This record gives sequence, C-alpha cells and structure tokens, in this order.
Amino acid sequence: MASNAKFNFKKSITDALADKQLRANFKFATDALRGKRLAVLSDPEETLHLRKVGNAIKRKGLTQLPQLLEKLEAKCQENGIIVHWAETTAEANEIVLGIMEKHSGHKVVKGKSMVSEEMHLNKFLEDKGKLPLETDLGEYIIQLNHEPPSHIIVPAVHKNRKQIAQIFADNIPGVSYTEDTTELLAIARGKLREHYRTADIGLSGVNFAIAESGTLCLVENEGNGRMCTTVPPVHVALMGLEKVVEKLEDVPPLYRLLCGSATGQRITTYFNMIKGPRKAGEKDGPKEVHLVILDNGRSKILADTQLRQTLQCIRCGTCLNHCPVYTRIGGHAYGSTYPGPIGEILMPQVEGLDKKGMLPTASSLCNACEEVCPVMIPIPNLIRRLRDESYDMDDDGIVKGHGYKKNRLETMVWKGWKLTQVNATCNKLMLLGVQIFGNMLPKVGPLKAWTSVRTAPKFARQSLKDLAKKEGIRNE
Amino acid sequence: MGNNPANVKTVYYFGTCLVDMAYPKAGMAGIKLLQREGVEVIFPREQGCCGQPAYNSGFRQEAKDVAWKQVQIFSGNDYPIVVPSGSCAGMMKFHYLEMFKDDPEYYEVKKFCDRVHELTSFLNTVLKAQYTDKGSPVKLTWHSSCHARREMGCTEDSKALLRQLKNVELVEIEREHECCGFGGTFSIKQPEISAAMVHDKVEDIKSTGTKKFLTGDCGCMMNITGHMGKEKVAIEGQHIAEFILERING
Repeated sequence: MASNAKFNFKKSITDALADKQLRANFKFATDALRGKRLAVLSDPEETLHLRKVGNAIKRKGLTQLPQLLEKLEAKCQENGIIVHWAETTAEANEIVLGIMEKHSGHKVVKGKSMVSEEMHLNKFLEDKGKLPLETDLGEYIIQLNHEPPSHIIVPAVHKNRKQIAQIFADNIPGVSYTEDTTELLAIARGKLREHYRTADIGLSGVNFAIAESGTLCLVENEGNGRMCTTVPPVHVALMGLEKVVEKLEDVPPLYRLLCGSATGQRITTYFNMIKGPRKAGEKDGPKEVHLVILDNGRSKILADTQLRQTLQCIRCGTCLNHCPVYTRIGGHAYGSTYPGPIGEILMPQVEGLDKKGMLPTASSLCNACEEVCPVMIPIPNLIRRLRDESYDMDDDGIVKGHGYKKNRLETMVWKGWKLTQVNATCNKLMLLGVQIFGNMLPKVGPLKAWTSVRTAPKFARQSLKDLAKKEGIRNE
Repeated sequence: MGNNPANVKTVYYFGTCLVDMAYPKAGMAGIKLLQREGVEVIFPREQGCCGQPAYNSGFRQEAKDVAWKQVQIFSGNDYPIVVPSGSCAGMMKFHYLEMFKDDPEYYEVKKFCDRVHELTSFLNTVLKAQYTDKGSPVKLTWHSSCHARREMGCTEDSKALLRQLKNVELVEIEREHECCGFGGTFSIKQPEISAAMVHDKVEDIKSTGTKKFLTGDCGCMMNITGHMGKEKVAIEGQHIAEFILERING
C-alpha cells in the first residue's frame, strides 16, 4: 500500500468487516499465536520480571541513543562494515540503489525487513528496473499476490492455506494447484534456492545492533535470513536507529521476549550474529557488508520523553494479536506499514496526525496491548496523548499535524459537559433534563451511531442522587 | 453479614454518572451491600463524573477540571471511596495520577487515589462479606470490563462473591478477556468496529446457554443489553450488586 495513496480508514474498515473469510483467517491465526505465547510465557511473575528488564534495557538505551549510535558506527567500521545514515526513506532508497549500481547489481534477495516496507523499497527498486525478491515465505506469498504485509511478524496471516495454494497456482509458471503444505513449501524453496545462488545483493533487517562490538543480530526461523546475508557477494542491512543496544548482555532478555511474544518460541531456529564481511582466508560470507541506519522521524519522537516510549518497540507484533480491533479489521485496513496498536501510535508520529490521525480512534482503550507488550510500552496512554494532540486544545502540540481535528462543536460539547460535572446546579438541571427528555431524544449524531446496532439507552425517572436523598443516605 | 475485620466504620460512595442517570437501582444496591456490613455510607450529592469520557477523547483539560472537582468533594475525610464500577475506579485510582503528575496538586490527588476501591473487591477483600443465597437455582454468566480486569484487577473478587451464592451456577464465557466494544466514545467514533465487537460478545454470551449475564460495569451493560435488545436476544443483564442484594434478601 503506497503511503501517498488516499487513505480512507472508514471505507477500509467497512470493507474489512464485510469480509467474513478475512475475519475468520485473522481469528484463527491470532488465537493460535496468543495461545503459543501463553504456553511459553506461562509464569506471570517471571514474565512480568522479564518485561521489566526489557523495558529497562530499551529505556536506558534510548536515553543514550546518540552515543550508542556513534559507538555502533565506529565499531562496525572497525569490523569492516560500511555504515550509511539516512534521514528519510528517500535517502535510504537512494543508498541501497547506489550500492546496487556500484556492483552493477540487478537481483536482490530480501530477508524480512519492516524498515524496507517503511521505505517502500520494492516499488522503488522495481521502478529503477531492479528485481527485488522476498525470501521470507510469508513475504514471498504476498509479493506473488502484489500485496503489502498485513502483520509485522506474519505478513501473509490474512491468507489461509487454500488461498495460498491459489496464489501459487496463479502466479508461479508451471505450478499446478496443490493444498499440500509440504509441496507448497518445496515449490517455494526450489524457486528461492536458485535466486540465492544468482542474486547480486542480499538484503536483511536488523533486530538488535550491539554498540560495544559492532554486531548485527538477525532473528529468523526459515534460514532465508542466513542465505540472504551469506550467499550473495554484497549484504545490505537496514535498521531503524532505535534498534541499537549497548552491550551483548542486553540481547538475551530482549531475544527471549521477542521470540516468546512474537511466535511463542523459546528460541528461533536461526539467530545470526553478523560482524563484518568475509575475512582473508575465509571461504564464505559476503565480500562487502553495508549497514543503513534510518531515522525517518525517529529522532523527533525521541525528543519527547513520553512519545519516546514508542521507540522501545522490538516489533514482536503481539499487540496486534491481542487487539480486539486488529483481529477484526486485519492489517491492511490501517493503510500503513505498521498496523494495530503499535501502528496507531507510531504512524501518526511518522506521517503526521493530519494524515494518520484517524488511527488512534480505532481503540476502545481496553489495555490488552499494554498487558502483553514485552517492553511495557504504555500504548493506551500514548493513544490518549495523540488524541489530545489531534485537538490540541492547549496549543502545545508537537506531533506533525497537531490540532487537525480542532472544531467548535466538539469543544462546545465538552465544555458544556464539564460544566454539568463541576457545578452542582448544572448537574441537577442536566439530570432533570435527562429524566424528562432523555428517552425521547432524536436519533441523530452520536445516538444514531449508537442505535445502529443497539436500542437507545433508557434513562431512569429518578437519579441515584434522588434515590439516595429519599432513602436518607448521608450527604457528607 | 460479614465480619468487617478491619472495622471500617464509614465510606464514601462514588456512584458514577452512568449509574446516576440510567442505573440508579444498581447504585442503591451497592450502598445497601455496604450498609449491610455495618458500614455507614456517605454519598456526597455534589459529585459528578470521574472525567474518563473527556480524558479518552482528547479533552484532557476538561477531564482534569472534572477530576479535580471530585478530589475536592471527597476531601472532607479520609474515608475509603467505593465505586460500583471497575472502569471509573481505574480512572480515579490510576489515571488521575497520570493527569496530575507534573502539577502542584499531585500529592493531594494521590491521597485521593489511594482511597479508591472498586465495590466488589472492597466487599470481598476488605469487608469479607459473607452471603447466604435465598434464591432459586439459576445459571448465569459474567462479563468483566477491561478496566475491572486490567486496571483494578477485581474480576476474581466479583466471582468470589458470586461463588458464595450456592444456587447460582456461573458459566464462564469463552472470550472473557475480550473487550465488549463499548470504550465510551469509541462506540460512536468507530461505530462499525464497536458493533462487530459487541456482536461477538453477545454471541459468546448466547453460547453459554444462560438467560442472564452479570457485570460490574454499567457502560458494558448498556452496550451489551442494547445490542441484545436490538437483536431480540432474550438474555437479561444486571449489575452484580443488584443481583447479590436480590439473592440474599430472597
């Protein structure tokens, strides 16, 4: 989904809710992921402890971010990794393209990278005549079907086995329809092996970048990450600047939290630690390794101590799996690289409230996300902050597009409401009004929305205050 | 009668605005359950809303003004403040602190927050209320509000009170952890998502085969019973305080 396409959240919600198959797919998959998480993070006390450790590591890291990044750069350079800084996604795209051109590269095999989604790198490279190929199975499926991912961890979660079988049959020449997962896997593997062998560039994301040693850690399950980072002659790693950690000891707790929260695993099948290109005398590994560090609005988020907590995210996607909104409307409805609760707080900060301010409205503030977040990001409070900034009643907003929603009607409504709650006489009059007219209000505005699927609220003839007075309950 | 081991003599009651307007009987039932334990209940009639609707909707200053008013109204004595709603109690116990964290009033607000209790947890854990069921056998289910569960952590207290009622069979719903889709202004700002959520909640309640559900939060109740009414589902919703009072009075 290109970010410049007109985003109509309301319409995408309507369409998503009407798609019964989509709802069934998401329910099935997210229920399974929640169950798996709980099986691994089964001890509530230990889990809470681990989450506190994760939170402390990320919080501390963010307070030292500039220094850690400089250290990472220096250490990476010592290790022979070429470091590039990109302030915008456009710059990051140009850097990747520049590296490809330098090596006269055409084909790039990609491990899973959300930063590359943020950059819309595939489209950019295709427009330049290059051939970017996704190798993560989920990403491979949706690339065949020309779709963006619908989940941070399981990009093809919106498709079931039969739909995937059809995508393979329709898009891979010479493949006939089969629902056998072993066969489907073998087909994908066969195609991908050939690509690894012949690719000019291998691309990957970064889960943790260790500043003290200049090590890039890559967490994956399919081995495609290792292929992409070792087989082609050039490896390009993409990372958001918040992925840096101070030291090696920071990694195990975060890794455990990531695996447990994302896929309900104790460890992943592969954990790659990349410390530079092939050295003299070594028989394999890329001849050149590049690290592209992307800002894309992150340093602005860092500047505000409350909003900064957004950057603690380790991209496990568990907030998506636990969100009653995400599990109903799916990832595509958010029209954004990052969907679900984390997307609701991240996207408006990156792209502006005027563009993505609708996202924070898609939460009942049920706290399910906050309850499971491995690094304890207070997502509901950050949603509230962005709602405040949307109206910016105090004129002190700092998020791009702040105040985009400010309007006289709502301001009047809330100021009037306040009066009825802080002034006893107004409160009495309001209650009297509700008792007399409450049950015959015309079904317009909010009441229309409410009564579309519910009966109108029934207001009582006597308020609790009336009853308490009658019953002689002491009034202070 | 319970044993009120802490010998609580007096409490303040914060009725909540929704109870005041739409569910006064539930509010009175809460008062009576407290009185039954030998506790004097003070219900300051100047009280208003906890401020949550504005707090969740982007109107923080209005929420703060309303919150500060409540803090003042309940500042006459340091009695516990009992609230027949997990959501309003959560707002007053935790979010007031958040709102006032950088203000000179912080410690005054904090003293107030420390006194806030949800009704069923106050009855169960502080007053240790004991109930004898005088009603006929009934099967019912329970809906926990998200803030009762995740902020006040009082769901188990509510259920513990219900389990004392020997003729009441509690059938738990499958997705009790999931929001009913109310979310205050969420239900009117995102009506379609909210509708899908309440629909699923009602289906879940229906599948228990019970004819009644209880809850400790009237916001959820208005949402769920409203959808049941529209869909002509013959299941009744009731606030737990009102239900317990009926059962023990026979």
